[in-house]
Parts: sequence; C-alpha cells; structure tokens
Amino acid sequence: MTDPRTIRVGALTRVEGEGALHVELRNGVPERVELNIYEPPRFFEAFLRGRAHTEPPDITARICGICPVAYQTSAMNAIEDACGVTVDPQVVALRRLLYCGEWIHSHALHIYMLHAPDFLGEPDVIAVAKHHRAAVERGLALKKAGNRLMELVGGRSIHPINVRLGGFYSVPTKSELKPMAEQLRAALDDALATVAWVAGFEFPDLTVDHELLALTGERYPIEDGRIARSAGNPFPIAEFSDHVRETHVPHSTALHSTLDGERHLTGPLARYSLNYALLSSVAREAATAAGLGEQCRNPFRSIIVRAVEVVYAVDEALRIIDDYERPARPFVDVPARAGVGHGVSEAPRGLLYHRYEIGADGLITAAVIVPPTAQNQAAIEDDLTRVVAAGVDLDDAELTSMCERAIRNHDPCISCATHFLTLTVERR
Amino acid sequence: MPSLAVWKFASCDGCQLTLLDCEDELLTLAEQVQIATFAEASSAVMGGPYDVSLVEGSVTTPSDVRRIREIREQSGVLVAIGACATAGGIQALRNFADVAEFTSVVYARPDYIHTLATSTPASAHVTVDYELRGCPIDRRQLLDTLAALLVGRKPRLPAATVCTECKRAGVTCVTVAEGIACLGPVTHAGCGALCPRHHRGCYGCFGPTATPNMPALIPLLHRDGMSGPEVDRVFETFNVTQFSAERNAHHD
Repeated sequence: MTDPRTIRVGALTRVEGEGALHVELRNGVPERVELNIYEPPRFFEAFLRGRAHTEPPDITARICGICPVAYQTSAMNAIEDACGVTVDPQVVALRRLLYCGEWIHSHALHIYMLHAPDFLGEPDVIAVAKHHRAAVERGLALKKAGNRLMELVGGRSIHPINVRLGGFYSVPTKSELKPMAEQLRAALDDALATVAWVAGFEFPDLTVDHELLALTGERYPIEDGRIARSAGNPFPIAEFSDHVRETHVPHSTALHSTLDGERHLTGPLARYSLNYALLSSVAREAATAAGLGEQCRNPFRSIIVRAVEVVYAVDEALRIIDDYERPARPFVDVPARAGVGHGVSEAPRGLLYHRYEIGADGLITAAVIVPPTAQNQAAIEDDLTRVVAAGVDLDDAELTSMCERAIRNHDPCISCATHFLTLTVERR
Repeated sequence: MPSLAVWKFASCDGCQLTLLDCEDELLTLAEQVQIATFAEASSAVMGGPYDVSLVEGSVTTPSDVRRIREIREQSGVLVAIGACATAGGIQALRNFADVAEFTSVVYARPDYIHTLATSTPASAHVTVDYELRGCPIDRRQLLDTLAALLVGRKPRLPAATVCTECKRAGVTCVTVAEGIACLGPVTHAGCGALCPRHHRGCYGCFGPTATPNMPALIPLLHRDGMSGPEVDRVFETFNVTQFSAERNAHHD
C-alpha cells in the first residue's frame, strides 16, 4: 500500500438521504474525518414563521418520510406546552401506539434492508433474499405490521393524516384494534426471531465513550419523557438549547450539535443503555439471550439493540391495545396563547427537540428543530476516526466498507438534517 | 429484464420509501425488474440507460439542474413521484419569499450555503412522461404504474377529484353532513379519500385537479369557518405553486 494516497468512492448508499464522507490519512494516521452533509436545504424553520399554531404537526412531518410521527409528536408536545394544554391519557396512549408502529416499521427497514446486508456481504435486501429468503420475508412481515399499525391509528403510514393538535381526528373502537392485535402477536414471534438472527452476525470490536443522551420516564421513552444522560446532570426540557448547542461548519448543510461543549450520542444505544430497566421482560430476556448487557457501547451491535427495541415496541403496542378504552373525545381544543413551548420525543434515531414561539394572534414567530442525526454527527465522525485508525492495514475497498458501516451503525437520517454523502478516502 | 432507477432530489425520502413499503410485492417485483440504481436501498449502482426512472424531490441547486437533464437522457420513461417532483413541494414556499432571508434564519453562516432561489418540479427542466401526485404518493398508484409500464399499457392516473373517491367509497360528505371545510372538490384524486374517511376535510396534498373550480369552493370554505388567511395558508403548503397558479388564474 502506497503512502501518500487518495481514494475516492461514489455516493454513500443505504442511508436515508444522501451525503459525503471525507477521510484523509497521513502516514497511516487519520488526519481529517468529515461527514459532509450538503443535501440542499429546505428551510422548514424559516417558513414555519407566520403559520398557525395548529399547522406544525402536518408541516414538520414532511421533514422526514421515515419518521413523520416523531416530528408530529415533538411538534404537538411543544405547542401544547406553549398553550398550557394537557391531553387526555387515553389520547396519549394512542399517540404512543402510533409511535410504536413507526419504531417497528423504521427499525425493521433499517435492520433488514439497510444494515443486515453489511453483515452478510450483500449489496441490498434483494440479494440477501437469494440466500436468506425466509429471513427477508420475516423482516418484510414485521415492517408491514408496523405500517398497518400506523395506518390504523394515523390513517396513513407516511405523513399520517389523522393526527391533530390535542389528539386525533377520529379514534378507533376497541373492536377495530382486535385484528391488529392478531397481526402484532405474529409480529412478536418475528421480532424475537429477528433478535436471534442478528445476534448471530459477526461484530467488529469498537467501544465508544460518547456521552449518551436520551429521554427517560415511567416507561421506556417513546412519545415523551424527561432528559437522561450518562455523565452530566439532567436538565429540564426548556433548557435544551442551553445545553445542546448547534454550530454551523463549512462542510455541512446540517447544523452540528454538542452537549455542554462535548460530542454526544442519541439513538438506540443511548436509549437502551439509559433505560434498560424500563424494558418489558420479554424484551429484556431477548437482549440477554442475544448477549447484550445492561449497556451497549459498540455501535456495530446497534442492530441487536434495534431488534430488541422492535420486540419492546410490538409488546408495548399489544399492551396498549389490551388496556385500550376509546377516548370519550378524540381531541381537546388547544386555543392559541402567546408564549414559548418545548417538546421532545424519541424518534427511531434518537431525541428530537422542537421549540416554538407563538404570538398573540396564534401565529408562529420562531421555530427551532434539533433532529437526532445533527446531534450525532460529531459522534459518527469520532467513530469513523477510530475505525480508520484500527483499520489502516485493510485494503482500500475493505477500509471504505468499514467507514460506510460505521456510518450506517447510526442509521443517519440525512433527510432530517437535510444533507448529501459522497465517500472519499484520501491517504497521504 | 427491464431496468428501474430511483433518484432523489430535495425531498423527505417518503415517496421512494413507498416502493420499499410494498412489502407483499417487493420480492416479486425484483424478479420482474432489474433495480439498477436505488441509493437508499442498494450499494450496487449500475450505469444507464434505464428503462424507467422514478424521480423524487424538487430541483433546488445548480448541480441538480444538470443532474435532472442527465437522468432524462439516460431514461426511457421518466416518472416524477410526489408533490416535490410534480410541484416543487413545500420547499417551494421559498419561491414566494426572500431565500437569503430564509437562509439567515436557519444557518449561522449563510455564506456556506449554495441554493437556488426557487424549488421547481422536474417538468420545469425536462419532459416528464407521467406524474404521480401526492405528499406522499399512494402505494397502490405506484404499483399500478410500475405494472402498467411492465406490460406496456398506460398507467391509470385519473385527474378526477377527491370528491369522486368519496362518492365511490360511500363516504359521507364531511362538508354537507357536518360543515367541515374540505378541499376535496378541487383536489386531485389518488389518495382514496383518506382524510374524509377519518372525519377530516381534505387538505390538498395531491394538488389541484385538472380543472378545479376555485371560485365556487372558496366561499364554501369561508362559510365553513375558514378565515381569509386560513384559506391562503391551506392552499400555500404542500403544492403551493400549483394551487397559487390556479387561484391567480381565477383572481379569486
């Protein structure tokens, strides 16, 4: 292998959205590692100004086709906070049920279609199906169960139409949920089989020390919660922007975030490691059987954590359906009131924060949205540095593949942060 | 085997995700079609030409103006999928604003950002053979379109209204029965009347139908409780360019 040298590779694939990676090595040492995010900006925070306080759930859903419920939910939490309205508990349960559908669908998509091909040495799920047809069919059935759940509660799986500030336009009857429970019981078997399947993959060694940031609460955090972190002190949601700061770097159209000045990680690894005790017993047993401890610090094993979270989401959806009582009213009125509101929820990819300022006329005057992928960019770059440092003896194709895998470990949603990735490795 | 390519421009990825959401059909489809380029789903990227290209997203940068032309040259049939590709999407709100001001609101360093002042549909740059409407597109319409192209017939994409879908499905009219403001009379069919089925007025995410009667609808929206600014906003969202053009044509 010559030194110095430059390697250029095409667009990064099997991620949501598009972008570029730039790695430079001098004498075998990674010198510059950048995740270049230059997908064209879409300016949501700008055009949310002047919109009615009822509109952000529909509008911000369009930031991401893979996790629209996350955007709808964080937006509603923030605006209901600003307006001082508390939503009925049965409506909150339905929100959580809808969100479980999004976790199941999004995680199944990532596990089977985007991530598993890395471990099986295949370019895509179609190629995987040639040798592992039953596994792929199981993954598709699991994904479909998540989508059907979203359609049942949200009316549509991509950009659900049944969601509104204060609740829903219409709410299902208990008997309408029954066939869904049947499908979810089958999905639970598929989810458990998924954990066992991915636990058998081979995982490169990597232990990361990023500070972990997630929500926590009475239950495993999904549709709301309070801040939990692995090192520093938790803080109220309203102080989010004092701790998680966004900066603009030249190589990115996404804003980089830091937590109290340091890189941090949000998403499945953080959520799991900070909330292990809140998992249901069936999810915890699956984790133990798959060899996971109470924490997971190896991003390559995030595929197992996602699979465990699918078990949890299916199990939790079944619990919610079992306990379901149709809300007396599908929504509560949320009259506009001048003020500021903050809202969070756990998108499949991690903590999603929204903040809105509402004027006396009920129109939004300012909006701030901090998506998980923007928060994770520094951690992803740090993982890349470690993977490159550990892999200097690999040939170019192998090293490039490891870099791509290090990125996919975090299921980056580049559409959320609005970005684009082309992979270049330069060795000098 | 015919080849299929899937391309992304400025978008949320939801319309291309619709292809991966065809859980029951995906493996069968892959036996009939060579998925040659689909960056979100595969690391195997094959060069053109392609029999069919699905284009998601709107054109918002100088390099994307070039890219859409290259894709057109490489594609036998080009299908624009979703409101971004057929109308510029919600990000076309910039077309009616100052994009430099927008940039300064979102980014600390506007000098790092390279973007066009407008967000435009594929058809503003190249010839588009078919357009699937919607934010997002409808899964059944996507499957029907791919099946049609495979057997060599024209896709069924009727330019009817959402109202016709309600009537066919036997959904009670939310406007007539309950006085809920609804854009169904002027909105392009394709969703299957999802919102009225859920006790919600249509909010126009499939854009205007071929000959929408805007002047007849707008007084009804006012009657059913929408203020002037509310009417403006509901039309100026996911298909802002097309609805604005229709309203300007009628000076309503």
